[in-house]
Amino acid sequence: MMPNQDYSGILIYAQLTRENYIHTVFYELLDKAKMLSKKLNGVDVNAVIFTNPKNIEGLEESFKNMGVNKVYYCDDKRLKDYSTQYYSKIIVDLVEQTKPEILLIGATNQGRDLAPRVSRALHTGLTADCVDLDINENGKLAATRPTFGGELMATILCKNYPQMATVRPNVFKVGSVEDYVNSEFILLDANLEGINNNVEIIDFKKTLETEINNLDNAQIIVAGGMGLKNEQGFKLLKEFADSIGGEIAASRPAVEAGFASKSIQIGQTGKTVRPKVYIACGISGAIQHTVGMENSERIIAINKDPEAQIFDIADVGIVGDFFDIIPKFLQK
Amino acid sequence: MKIALCVKQVPDTTNIKWTENNTMQREGVESIINPYDVYAAELALKIKESIDKDVEITAFTMGPMQASDMLRKLISLGVDNGVLISDRKFAGADTYATGKTIAAAIKTVMPDFDLIICGQFAVDGDTAQTGPSIAGNLGISQVTYVKSFEKIDKKSIVLKRELDDGIETVKASYPLLLCVLQDTFEPRRPLINGIKLASKSEIKILSADDIGLNPEDVGLKGSPTFVSRAYRNLSNHNAQKYELSVEESAELLKNKLEEYCHSEFDLKSDNSQKEANDA
Repeated sequence: MMPNQDYSGILIYAQLTRENYIHTVFYELLDKAKMLSKKLNGVDVNAVIFTNPKNIEGLEESFKNMGVNKVYYCDDKRLKDYSTQYYSKIIVDLVEQTKPEILLIGATNQGRDLAPRVSRALHTGLTADCVDLDINENGKLAATRPTFGGELMATILCKNYPQMATVRPNVFKVGSVEDYVNSEFILLDANLEGINNNVEIIDFKKTLETEINNLDNAQIIVAGGMGLKNEQGFKLLKEFADSIGGEIAASRPAVEAGFASKSIQIGQTGKTVRPKVYIACGISGAIQHTVGMENSERIIAINKDPEAQIFDIADVGIVGDFFDIIPKFLQK
Repeated sequence: MKIALCVKQVPDTTNIKWTENNTMQREGVESIINPYDVYAAELALKIKESIDKDVEITAFTMGPMQASDMLRKLISLGVDNGVLISDRKFAGADTYATGKTIAAAIKTVMPDFDLIICGQFAVDGDTAQTGPSIAGNLGISQVTYVKSFEKIDKKSIVLKRELDDGIETVKASYPLLLCVLQDTFEPRRPLINGIKLASKSEIKILSADDIGLNPEDVGLKGSPTFVSRAYRNLSNHNAQKYELSVEESAELLKNKLEEYCHSEFDLKSDNSQKEANDA
């Protein structure tokens, strides 16, 4: 199975958020793409973005010194809000014209809605939520992802082109690669004739200030689970977090029990974080939770149950009651 | 109104056991309905209740013969029909091939559907790709991350979507595919005559031939992706467990935080160095 000569280069979807900035996952993918490009003899790394017409001036600024060879953009007013049908049509047309060998999309809500439609229309494979991307000895994309809630890792190859993958935000680090390539900006025609868009957005209520909250950049995260028993437990957790300059987070059961907001939920159906120190308090450590925090540099676990699974992935496990230890800690 | 409900039988992932060779022990692992598909079924049944009796729900699943038990359970809750898409040729299908197969089955059995309802994720694969792939195969629109429906009539439905940054309300007309997230509700009990209904119902079984697909379109052969390596994800943290007094525990916590946060200062100085370079 050798690389197909007709396909070359890496294309990345640059999602514009509602606040009109490029989603951080793009920069994470870009860094990884440049590493892949090196292994592919320096093929082009290109981006595709849907801008608001008034936003084009900011475009050059956003891509300055990013090392993107070509930026394909489309500024049709029908594309102001995300539409599965419209966005996928334009990306599919672009791929058919430019034939990239790899297409990367951030696994945001939007990316997970978009990517499978693009893959199906191009009759190619898609590997979801990758935690590692590499080029194998045959020059093919080797995409590694967790399955079964994170307990099993699978490295997946694709027979067709482009080889597609999605990656969640915060899984790859943004590196410090500086690249002074002058990007070429190419305006795309929005060929949407005959595409039926029967989904209309009638309201949006923001529950978070931005898609990014403090957890994404926190160096210390203090997370609580069902062991914290109630909202009082989370008040103590907040006090603890404040005392060490950390941010609070929660497990899914604690969010579902109403102790904490969904926006700070960590795990399979919540956020993925990788702080310097993650302190898990009263969290049993089900794989649905650990998949979202196991890449933390250091993990401290406090749990009453000496058999709690969380101790299996912790650097330091403290067997004891959160309600005893933390007040004592706060006195120190 | 006609609703196709797509469900999947998955191993109970809360209870995975591993062999010494780090492969999954499949014997004795219980199969359950994918939890997100329970929410999909609930949404379909709520739609049925809110309109009138003139709603027909057909549950589709792709899997081995024993998956028909899951379809019967759904019938006992109020789903009208069950379709099992089952053929040895389907083995090893990725999401691309699975989407194609389920779409072909829906086209065969229920070409005049209005809504297709799926769970947002399956807990075993967790790709969230099969729903959109089915919609792509049928050339219809989709609404993903659906939390609840607000209004429904014969032509359109108003839905709430739960996204990373907020709640979006959309209005969409049929035909349409929905991917449903969890919602809070009381678990349903079987209908009074549900169990009897379920045992009497005939589950339609469809092979690749029945839905007009060639062997090269389905299963491993029809899948663009394949697994080249699978291995167990073992933690690289070196767990040290301490059972100490409260006083000692608090002291340990303090010391460890100081130790770990000390390296944090190093990181901060690295960043400031980088910023200096950037400037």
